[in-house]
Amino acid sequence: MEKEELYKEKLEEWKKIYKKSIESMPERQEFKTLSGIDLNIFYSPLELKNFDYFENLGNPGQYPFTRGIHPTMYRSRLWTFREFSGFGDAIETNRRLKYLIEHGETGLSIAFDYPTLLGLDSDDPLTKGEFGKAGVAINTLEDMQLMFKDIPLRDISTSMTINGPAAILWGLYILAGESQGARRNGLRGTIQNDILKEYMAQKSFIFPPEPSLKLVIDTIEFGSKELPLWNPISISGYHIREAGATAIQELAFTLANGLTYVEKSVERGLDVDDFAPRLSFFFDAHIDFFEEIAKFRAARRIWAREIKRRFSPRKERSLWLRFHTQTAGVSLTAQQPENNIIRTAIEAMAAVLGGTQSLHTNSMDEAWALPTEKAVMIALRTQQIIAEESGIPNVVDPLGGSYYMEWLTDKIEDEVYKYFDKIDNLGGVIKGIRSGFFQREIAESAYRFQRDLEENKRVLVGVNKYKIDEKLEIPILRIPDELEDRHLRRLKNYKSNRDMEKVNFALKEMQKNADEKNLMPYIIDSIKAKATLGEIVKALKDVWGEYIEPVIY
Amino acid sequence: MRKIRVLIAKPGLDGHDRGAKVLARSLMDEGFEVIYTGIHQTAEDIVRTAIEEDVDVIGLSVLSGAHMYHFRRVLELMKENGINDVLLIGGGIVPEEDKENLIKMGVDAIFNPGTSIQEISDFIRKNLRRPL
Repeated sequence: MEKEELYKEKLEEWKKIYKKSIESMPERQEFKTLSGIDLNIFYSPLELKNFDYFENLGNPGQYPFTRGIHPTMYRSRLWTFREFSGFGDAIETNRRLKYLIEHGETGLSIAFDYPTLLGLDSDDPLTKGEFGKAGVAINTLEDMQLMFKDIPLRDISTSMTINGPAAILWGLYILAGESQGARRNGLRGTIQNDILKEYMAQKSFIFPPEPSLKLVIDTIEFGSKELPLWNPISISGYHIREAGATAIQELAFTLANGLTYVEKSVERGLDVDDFAPRLSFFFDAHIDFFEEIAKFRAARRIWAREIKRRFSPRKERSLWLRFHTQTAGVSLTAQQPENNIIRTAIEAMAAVLGGTQSLHTNSMDEAWALPTEKAVMIALRTQQIIAEESGIPNVVDPLGGSYYMEWLTDKIEDEVYKYFDKIDNLGGVIKGIRSGFFQREIAESAYRFQRDLEENKRVLVGVNKYKIDEKLEIPILRIPDELEDRHLRRLKNYKSNRDMEKVNFALKEMQKNADEKNLMPYIIDSIKAKATLGEIVKALKDVWGEYIEPVIY
Repeated sequence: MRKIRVLIAKPGLDGHDRGAKVLARSLMDEGFEVIYTGIHQTAEDIVRTAIEEDVDVIGLSVLSGAHMYHFRRVLELMKENGINDVLLIGGGIVPEEDKENLIKMGVDAIFNPGTSIQEISDFIRKNLRRPL
């Protein structure tokens, strides 16, 4: 480093002033990031002694892509405004999707209800009370067609938050698209399909980890051959974070999962360049502004380096970490819900400064229920104000080169590599899941966060400070009971108008080939024979069994 | 004096277990005996465990929006089994209006996000129905 002696000398001088200053005005508290990283009072070139612009950053669109995957970033195209939605039945959700498109949303994002997430039809007794509550119920091809009625799937991209039964929902979507006249190879969108994080955090798993992972690789292989514009997986840190993980754990566990998928796909015989460009990611944007931005920057750099080092791709695109972001649901408070608009705006800015490819902003009322139309509109407008008014998207990676930002990005990277070592020592991700390592790590962080709140070491405005007596008058979205009746009638009708011999034949063929062949064509054949989601999942449970998790707390 | 026994349960298909786990562990710190069921429990599972474990309190955590159904079912089964000295409390994503209806139905308390552990543990100690 040039002038190192000078910096040191000046630092010594500064320490004297500092000492004097804190005698009369002591620091208010200890300063740490939300992940618990200890922070200095300021950062200078002394913390970046080994900083090398090309090694650490590169220009935008150049390896290691710390500054962004595209040379122009938001100057050419803004991120996709993508609001997660879905509730009730297919017809009701179709109405909400059209509302969002009308107000400037540029990509769709579907939330499914719990029965659908677990591969159960709505007439299954286990689903009582859950219909349409946390998302939309989709059981049949007819449901999928109704959800996208008059929405041209040829032109819009759709993200579907579905994991355990992702392959089946994808099959339904492909056939719904084809029935509109859209060609399979032109369909654009994402299925979340990240089963590993289900065992770690979100807990919407169905089958045991090994066959589940096999099914994921089937979709990656199928996508690389038949749907070149589709993202067959969205490797997700969001749920890991929301379950309590720190930013460091979120990033480490997510990237470890991602590397596992790549490894397994290569073991299957796929060429890394045929599928790696279609892998996508999904992160949380939490409230610690700088830490989140550093996390996104570190994510791109680590991924590019590790893919290059481990799999030596020829295409540069294979090194890109493209990601969707959602603001932090857990940061929303039930108290003084309007404050959530501000939290979401800060988090959304972090996502944009971190170079996200698409963004969902939460609505202020989500600590109470699914959002109303008005609340969703404000959330969408928050993105539009950042995009069109704030000037933030004008320059790529505007915080690049900040001493603090670069130090923090390096620090997060180091901590992530420490977790990689731990996971390797455990024998990989699946062994870690089986032994409860990830679940314990996440539970521990969640517990620590709560303790900090209880002890007032951490402030949540309106919750443990600046509290008011309030009579809450926020409107709540209600899911009318008629939607369930309507859906169940449709399902019954669908089931009574089909040839059961064809259904059973297709399901048997799928079962016979469950372990040996790529299941996507068999799933699609089953759907064409009018098998329902629940029937297809049940047939696979008969072959693979179900996963019961060890209870850890 | 014996310890107060609390069952924390996750009814239905909901997998959001962060709150349930944090609460289970925090109540242990507060000196309670806590049993956590894990996810995907039916109302039958929960009431059976409550009887087997002879608990003083059942706490349900529901973030899936299906709270009205699950609380009603657990209340029904408690009644059927003649359980009238066990507190039934809950938490999760529960709108204010539903909260009022649940209390009318016989639920002892619903705690919203942001409730402190202290508040929950004070409530349990103050409202306990069985002798210690």
